Order: sequence, then structure tokens, then C-alpha cells
Amino acid sequence: MTLMSFVLAFVVGGLICVLAQLTLDLGTNLTPAHVMVLFVVLGAVASGLGLYEPLIEFAGAGASVPLPAFGHALVKGMLKGAAEKGLSGLLAGGLTGTALGLTVAILAGLAMALVARPKG
Amino acid sequence: MKATKEQADEYKRLVMRRSPRPAILRNALWAFGVGGTICAVGQFFLNLALLGGLPLTEAVPLVAGVMIAIGAALTGLGVYDRIGKRAGMGAALPITGFANSIASAAMEFRREGLLLGVGARLFTIAGPVIVYALAAGLVVALIRMLVSGPAGS
Amino acid sequence: MTTKKNGQTIGFSNPPAVLGAAAVVGPKEGAGPLAGWFDVVKADRLLGMKSWEQAETKMVEEAVNLALAKAKVRHQDVDFFLGGDLLNQIVVTSFAARTLDVPFFGLYGACATVAEALALAAVLVDGGFAVNVALASSSHHDTAERQYRFPAEFGIQRPVTAQWTATAVGAAVVGPHGKGKVQVTHVTVGRVVDYGQKDPMDLGAAMAPAAADTIARHFEDTGRDPEAYDLILSGDLAAVGHPLCVELLERKGLRLDNRFVDCGLMLYDDTQEPVAGASGCGCSASVFAGYLFKNLEQGRFKRVLLVPTGALHSPTSCQQGESIPCVAHAVVLERSG
Repeated sequence: MTLMSFVLAFVVGGLICVLAQLTLDLGTNLTPAHVMVLFVVLGAVASGLGLYEPLIEFAGAGASVPLPAFGHALVKGMLKGAAEKGLSGLLAGGLTGTALGLTVAILAGLAMALVARPKG
Repeated sequence: MKATKEQADEYKRLVMRRSPRPAILRNALWAFGVGGTICAVGQFFLNLALLGGLPLTEAVPLVAGVMIAIGAALTGLGVYDRIGKRAGMGAALPITGFANSIASAAMEFRREGLLLGVGARLFTIAGPVIVYALAAGLVVALIRMLVSGPAGS
Repeated sequence: MTTKKNGQTIGFSNPPAVLGAAAVVGPKEGAGPLAGWFDVVKADRLLGMKSWEQAETKMVEEAVNLALAKAKVRHQDVDFFLGGDLLNQIVVTSFAARTLDVPFFGLYGACATVAEALALAAVLVDGGFAVNVALASSSHHDTAERQYRFPAEFGIQRPVTAQWTATAVGAAVVGPHGKGKVQVTHVTVGRVVDYGQKDPMDLGAAMAPAAADTIARHFEDTGRDPEAYDLILSGDLAAVGHPLCVELLERKGLRLDNRFVDCGLMLYDDTQEPVAGASGCGCSASVFAGYLFKNLEQGRFKRVLLVPTGALHSPTSCQQGESIPCVAHAVVLERSG
């Protein structure tokens, strides 16, 4: 629980979001959905270059909470699966690595639909 | 009438000249502050998990799950859209924003029924993220394996 | 018949009268600068109904009934009901017509619908096909958002060019010449104009050429000068589209000066964060039925030109890369005597 871990998470996470915001504001005809997709793909690419895991080790949640981490987790899971089980591991590994998040997202979404109403 | 290409191009230049620009600095500051804060909250749970003895590789997905649940809950409480209005990508890019896109769609289309409303339209916004993350992930993984062999990561 | 048509403009020699009008709006509109001019301000946007669509339908029914009461026209004396809204298959207006139970023409002109309805109502009355015609034009923020854009609770930041769809209904009753003080003397029916704009988050820029086209046509067809009007109102061009329209008109040699205002810039003040301004079928309709009609009736305006503007795209057409066709119709409202 060092203070430094919070500072690093805040600064690195904040900077990744600023990059995304600048992409949205300076790009032409981009919607937030486009930027979300772009950054997930960038996360996968950074993972392939071996850059994202060190970033998580450095900044903790500052790198693991923004969406590029989702792309990274897919690549990491695919490579792990491939190393263990070959082709079937490669294909299954991506979702295995992200299964917890996706399951929570789907079920939490369903739960909100059942208990909450849009306020508008 | 449909304007000719020349008319349309000329009008496009006029629109570009006259259109307001986004407040880039203010947007960036908001994105930094809110995005950073969300990540700092994530760091709190990450530190807890690490203190509890989990290795980083197991703590990261667990924290993602916790943050997703928080994002969905804030959506249900009607708070997340207000954060997002100001913070832009500072609210959309963290995993909580991903949860918000799913929960908001699920809530919005509840009135069209549980199957064709909630079930079918839950991924209206988040769907593309998953689709292209999987596609890009597979390409990246394959290239990585070609370059450094299947064991590398 | 004594009506004249010149170019795109119909001039009524015995102008039909607007017998009554009513505006029913949501809480945000009811907290804006025009608050005092609206007949009913709702405290919330759901009105205790099960869906946003039901709430909007309820507002249309209430506005039409109120307009009929003010016009002192009984239900059974309504010959036709004309109206439209923003939703697919104009379900809101059609469902309200089911309740109103009078012969119904469903219209779609996006945010220009109120002008289309006023024009057709005047033609029906002037042609002797009807005595009393009820009309309504409505929009609702949440029904429009979920169809055109995003779920209500999605934390999206609106681009600076985006407009806020108004939760508002404007309804009116048009009847025979001489029965009321406010008359529809001319209508200029707009062509569909498309200057290749493709951004559905910047509809003001897309609609400005259509507004300029119809306004220029109106002055050409009638031979009038802008000085003939106390007020010229575009529909919902808002902060981006209105200055563009001014510039396009100046290029055509028309200077409208201070009398040229925009309904989209009147509905909210800046603290309400409408981004570029208001939009929606209910925007120009409620400004007409609330502010304009009452000011004309009370004699503060003598003659105004109302030019509602509509963007005729759909989410599908935009996703398929089509540009946004737009239309604007001009209606001259004049106080007799």
C-alpha cells in the first residue's frame, strides 16, 4: 500500500486516458467507440512487442485498468495457451485470459437491467 | 438537390472554418484527473490482492472484475453518465467504462424484453471492442510466435 | 379558390387562422429562458409511464387536447389530425392519433414537421376540405437518444457540435379565415437540400444550406424584403448551423440582421449545457406554440417567418456512409387587424 503505487497508477492511467482523449479530439469523425476499439488493438500490439507486461509491473492498475490491458490479456492468454496446448490453446487462450472480466461484465449488466431503470 | 462535389467541398471548408473546436486542454485535464482517479482506486484493490498473497498475474484479472462490478453499479445508480459527460475518455477508457457501456445498454433495452432487449443488445457498444480485440490479439499472437517461437511471451 | 402559387410559395388570399396552440415540455425546457411561455411543464420525462415512448405519446395527447380547448373546438369538430415525431414509423404520433380518434395524416419531416403540418393544415382549410385541423409535432430526449445515439446511462462526452434533443410538443388548431387573430398567410415548401455533410453529431451544419435555400426562395417568390418581418426564426440550426446560415444568406445578398434568430438557441441557456443548442421536432414546435403564437396573439409581433429545419437521415443511412439530406419549410404567421 505504498503511496508511490497510487501515484504511479494515477499518473500512468491518467496519461493513457489523455492519449485517448487527444485521439478523440484531434481525429476527424471518431466516436468514443472508435477510440475504445483502437486502444484495445494498440494494447494487443504493445503486448506483442513485449511492452505491456513491464508497464503493468511498473504502474500496476495504471496500466491494468485502462482498456488496452484487455488487448494485452488476450494476447498473453493466447500465447500461454499456444505454449501449453498448441493450436487449440492459442484459440482458447484469449478468452480464458479475459473470462473473469467478461463474465462479471455480462452478469453485472444483466443484474443492472433487472434492478435499475435508466434515469435519462 | 444534391450539391456538386465542388459545392460540397467548398461548403465543407466553410464548416471547418466556422465550427467550434473541442476544448482540448480542458478535456485532457478532465480525462487525466478522472482516468487517473479510477486507476488509483484500482490500485487500492490491486494492493489488497497483492497483500493477500496473490501473484500479480492473478491479482490483475481479479481487480479488473472488481472494477467492472463497480462500473456497472455506478451505471445502475445513474452516476456514470454524469462522470462521462465531463471526463470523456477518462471515464470511457478504464475498464469501468467498458462495464458502463454494457450495463447502460442492458438497462436501456430492458423495456424491449429480457431476450431481444437485454440479451440481444447488451453488447451494442462493447461488442466491437471484443470482436476487434480478439481479431487483433490473434494476429499479434501469431506474429509473435513466428518471430520468437511459441514459448515467448 | 383565391390562392396563388408562385415558385415554391403558396399565398393564401383568405388566410386560414391558427385558432389555438399549446406547448407541453419537459423539465429541462421548463427551466429554460422560455419557461413562462409554455402551457405545461412536466416535472420529469417519464410521467409515471412504463417507457419513454409512452410518456412522449401522453405529452402529444395532452398538447392536442389543450390546443383544442384553447381554440374552443370540440373533439368531434376536428376534421383531420396532422402530425409527426422523430421515431421510426412515427409511432408516438400514430399512437396519440389512436387515442384522439380523428382522421389522421402521419407526417415525417424530422424537425421541420411543425411547418409541414401548418402548411398542409392551411391548404386543407383554404381548399375547403376541412373546417378545423389539429396538428402536433413532438420529440423526447430519451426516445430520440436511444434510437439515434446511445443508451441514456452511457457515459459519453458529446462533441461540441452536438445538439440536445428537446422533450417538447407543440400542438395547434388551424381553422377558417377570420376565426382567429393569428393567420397563416404564406407557406414556402422547401426542397430537399444535401451539401454532402455526413456527421450526425453536427446536424446544424448539415441543415444550414436547406434553411438558406428556403429563406432565399421565400423572399424571391414573395418579392418581400427581410424588413417585412418582425422576426425570422430558423428551426434548430443552433450555435453551429445558425451562423453558417447567416453566411450562406449573405452570399445570396440577403442580410436578415438581428431579426434572424434560431429556436435551437432559444430553448436553453448555457448553464443547462445543451452543447450547441436544442433540436428535435418539438423544438421549433414548442417555440411556435408557446412563444411565437402567444406573442402574435397579444400583438407584440405583427408578422413573423418561421423556418423549421429537418435532417432527413437515419442511423442506417449514416452508417452506410450516405450524406445527410435536409429540408426547411417557411411559414408566414401574421396578426390580423
